[in-house]
Amino acid sequence: MRDRGQQWNLVLILARDLVSRLTTAAFVVDADGTLIYFNEAAEPLLGRTYAEAGELRAGEWATEWNPTDEDGRPIPLAELPLGIAFGERREAHRSFRIARPDGAERAIAVTAIPLFARADELVGALAVFWEDRRPGGG
Amino acid sequence: MRAVIWGARGSLASPGPETARYGGQTACIAVHLADGSLVVLDAGTGIRPLGMALDQERPPRVDLLITHLHSDHIEGLKFFEPFWDASVEFHIWGPPSPLKPLRDRLAPFFAPPFFPVHLRDVPCRPEFHEVPPQPWRLGSATASADLIKHPGPAVGYRIEEDGRALAYLPDHEPALGTDLDTAATQWISGFGLAHSADVLIHDAQYTQAEYDIRIGWGHSSTEQVVRFAERAEAKRLLLFHHDPLHTDDHLEGILARARDLLPDDPDRVVLAGEGMTLDIQ
Repeated sequence: MRDRGQQWNLVLILARDLVSRLTTAAFVVDADGTLIYFNEAAEPLLGRTYAEAGELRAGEWATEWNPTDEDGRPIPLAELPLGIAFGERREAHRSFRIARPDGAERAIAVTAIPLFARADELVGALAVFWEDRRPGGG
Repeated sequence: MRAVIWGARGSLASPGPETARYGGQTACIAVHLADGSLVVLDAGTGIRPLGMALDQERPPRVDLLITHLHSDHIEGLKFFEPFWDASVEFHIWGPPSPLKPLRDRLAPFFAPPFFPVHLRDVPCRPEFHEVPPQPWRLGSATASADLIKHPGPAVGYRIEEDGRALAYLPDHEPALGTDLDTAATQWISGFGLAHSADVLIHDAQYTQAEYDIRIGWGHSSTEQVVRFAERAEAKRLLLFHHDPLHTDDHLEGILARARDLLPDDPDRVVLAGEGMTLDIQ
């Protein structure tokens, strides 16, 4: 959450500074799981700019791109890498499929890590993801 | 509250005739609260004369708020008289780290081969606190701390009393990776601490030319600190953490540049100097 309603925790600011300069797609979420930033590299995969998407609560972004497993079953938030990172406070990785707003499907691989300001203070999580071009990817 | 500056220099104590007007002692500010409580911001070499000044009226309790553990913010503690007085209740607050408690990070500085006395043998038996994520009470004031951009764990502080606020960010590089002109304020390091502060004491170590070859060192240029103060809508700005290579004349050149950047309100910015007293009421 924002410090005194005015400013994000520095760890999130630094994460955003880094992510904004990556050429690999990346998300940043806060401790509640609200999506607070994704970078330009993520836009082709997600089919939207962050300016268009804006902040999305966990339940929203988890369904916004309709993540599904290899059998086409929806993946619940708690089983997505970012959901695991901020929900269980541990690193996670998974390949799965998403659907962009224009209907195009993409196979992606996601690695998510929790972000701590101190040992017991989770302030959010960061995920990097890329199109999984392996045969059968996602 | 009343704040007295005992050290405004950064990085290295720099005494001498060429720094006599603004002083050569490293960072230390005494904040005297309305209820008589004493809060000390950082323990640079300026804390030594503060301790001597307190000899006549030794406070029963000292709360020392350390921004980070670089030597210019802790080196004076070894010669702070109340620290060696077993009757003083001594609390040291400092930045959290995901890896080690504050006491364990400070202890090597108080141990051979750097110092003959171990921290465990200091008479006042200081109590260590990693700053909490939420504001906390200190005497008649409320203190807040946030992590800010500076290499390693580092925080800035905000002291509020009777509706007035002092913000202290002595080592801070908010422009690193952030465009201070265009970034939304919630993405600017230190904004929450500095917002609408009556007095903002902020890092102003470099000229812009010096900053351009020291990016990432954790400090600000004149242009950056003025812009940060504008974005934060700080009412008064004290340029602090003077570079040890800057003479008094050089500092006054920096002040002139800062005032040029605030043509509508040039007196809003001043140079911090030893002996300066700020009544924030």
